[in-house]
Amino acid sequence: MPVLALCLALACAAAWALPLVRVAPNRLLSGEGVGLTDLLTGPQCALALGLGVALLLLAAAGRRHRAPQGLLAAALACALPLLWWLAARHADSVVLTESPRFRTALGAGFWSLLALAWLACLDAIDRLRLAPRHQLLVTALATVPMVLILLSGMGNELSILKEFMNRRDVFGIAVLRHLQIVALACVPAVLLGWPLAWALVRWTALQRWSLPVLNIIQTIPSIALFGLFMAPLGWAATHWPWLQSAGVRGVGLAPAVLALLLYALLPITRSAMAGLQSVPVAVTTAARAMGMGPWHIVWQVELPLAWPVLMAGLRTAVVQTIGLAAVTALVGAGGLGSIMFDGLFSAANELVILGVVPIVLLAVLADAGFKALTPLTPASRLPNPRAA
Amino acid sequence: MITFDNTSKAYAGVPAISGLNLNIARGELLVLLGPSGSGKSTALKMMNRMVDHDSGRILLDGQEIYSFNVQDLRRRMGYAIQSVGLFPHWSVARNIATVPRLLGWNTERINQRIDELLTLFAMEPAQYRQRMPHQLSGGQLQRVGVARALAADPDVLLMDEPFGALDPVTRASLQLELQRIHRASGKTIVLVTHDIDEALLLATRIVLLDQGRIVQVGTPLELLQNPANDFVADFLGRADRGLKLLSLRTVADYLRPAVPSDIESTDTTHNPLQLDTTVREAISHMAALGVTSLPVYDAQGQLQGSLHAADLLAPGHG
Repeated sequence: MPVLALCLALACAAAWALPLVRVAPNRLLSGEGVGLTDLLTGPQCALALGLGVALLLLAAAGRRHRAPQGLLAAALACALPLLWWLAARHADSVVLTESPRFRTALGAGFWSLLALAWLACLDAIDRLRLAPRHQLLVTALATVPMVLILLSGMGNELSILKEFMNRRDVFGIAVLRHLQIVALACVPAVLLGWPLAWALVRWTALQRWSLPVLNIIQTIPSIALFGLFMAPLGWAATHWPWLQSAGVRGVGLAPAVLALLLYALLPITRSAMAGLQSVPVAVTTAARAMGMGPWHIVWQVELPLAWPVLMAGLRTAVVQTIGLAAVTALVGAGGLGSIMFDGLFSAANELVILGVVPIVLLAVLADAGFKALTPLTPASRLPNPRAA
Repeated sequence: MITFDNTSKAYAGVPAISGLNLNIARGELLVLLGPSGSGKSTALKMMNRMVDHDSGRILLDGQEIYSFNVQDLRRRMGYAIQSVGLFPHWSVARNIATVPRLLGWNTERINQRIDELLTLFAMEPAQYRQRMPHQLSGGQLQRVGVARALAADPDVLLMDEPFGALDPVTRASLQLELQRIHRASGKTIVLVTHDIDEALLLATRIVLLDQGRIVQVGTPLELLQNPANDFVADFLGRADRGLKLLSLRTVADYLRPAVPSDIESTDTTHNPLQLDTTVREAISHMAALGVTSLPVYDAQGQLQGSLHAADLLAPGHG
């Protein structure tokens, strides 16, 4: 319950102190804030507050029952489109009363309330105490009201959707490019990292020099790492034409993917080592003694038993790479980062958000996806990996 | 069936096994006995090449073990260890099926074998086939471990302190089960232990090792009656060697023909002595009842004769 109470207190503060939307005469001015209290009449405010407190009390009283928690989660899931609807309605009225050039941007209050409502919603879902797979399903269901209102076309006069419409054609390409960068970095990182971990666990002497190297790579700032690759890659491309015809150049995808691959290598290798080390020695000894071949042991024994830990490491690496891939726009690799930097360099906040929000969504989706994949293996259902 | 020919092995210059010569015959239950560091476990692991020896030869049915593919060799030898090492993500049935599956048996034959082995170890197949290892007790785990080792009907069963981690009651019942299985199947078993009582109980032949060398080879009775030197005598337990001897002998060895007075002394308040009762147990009964003789019956309850305390301690039996 403390999470919910904290969320409600913060939400009240945000609704009162921060602007829900900002209205400006054109795209570049930052405009004047309009609070939630300005958008609602006095009785409506009282009603909203009353509903909030009633829900809180209900949830607090029925904290051991599913029905009130489910109701709370549903109410919070509906609060998200409600906020959007309020902002959209104001944007529509601004266009009508002022001029079509006027911009209505979503303010700090909107984002704070959105985040707090979502957090409280997740907290309520958590208290339903569902099996992991069902929990994921319910979480997906909670996003449905928001998705529906976005699809309905409500809020087309909001600045963020206007920016989206302006860049509709590049937006899809940017998302695909972003995913391409992540895949090109993570897939080879797994193909390198897992065998590397296997070798490191077997021949521990290798750990002495290889792990420090991976650790040092992690400490190099990403932009510096891109820079380090630019010169050698450019040189290589000019000397070996086949590299150039494969698309390798000093700038663009090649240095970006290479750097992200190296960053992903440490979490993937480390977690794979931990996973392999968690396989009891007695089990691998027995496997060997019964005449299982090395490959057989990897596929049938080590991989299934290490799977939950391998997946946890891969999840970390993929989420990290999705975030880092934004920076690769600086070396011309494209992706959602390019929209974000366009916004930063032209001081258009809405454009920055248009780049950032999909990155956050991708990361959240990837995280949830891996969590959903992990329980599919038999080993993850064991109460204790060291049993037997 | 397995022959060590002047085999040696050293770890980082420290000899673990020095010039081992040993012939293991088909059907025997050979116990490698010795204190820790005596090389008994190393000797066992050299047979299925879990450890490579440095010099000498090891022959399986007259053929150098290095002439086999290592995996084929291991599939011909069952292997059970103290920590069991069942695959935690596989059911009992799948665990037992490991080697038969490697050998490409068909499903029907594998399932038949699983049920056969579970029944052999007194585990109801319908109840245990689909259990996961974490749902089993320590004794059940080791039963499945031995069943898995026996699954493909190997030529020889290698056991490395298989009962060392079990509680005394479970250990005793598993020892009896192993004895029963050995007698019924006639399988060659090589068992490593540092537990003298386990060795005396199970072995048809004991190889006593110390610092990588054989100190004495013989039946349990031979070792107890004629210890080769002080080390053997000390290791077997100098003080209670006599009692251990008595536990190797049965009432039948000391039986006196039945006389009419035996019937009068028949006591129904305790388990009557039978021909295969150990002498150690018989003395215990005498001490508990405060008598110096007891009647002996066969399995059908027919009087066979009597046992007298004076005979047990008389010279002539070593």
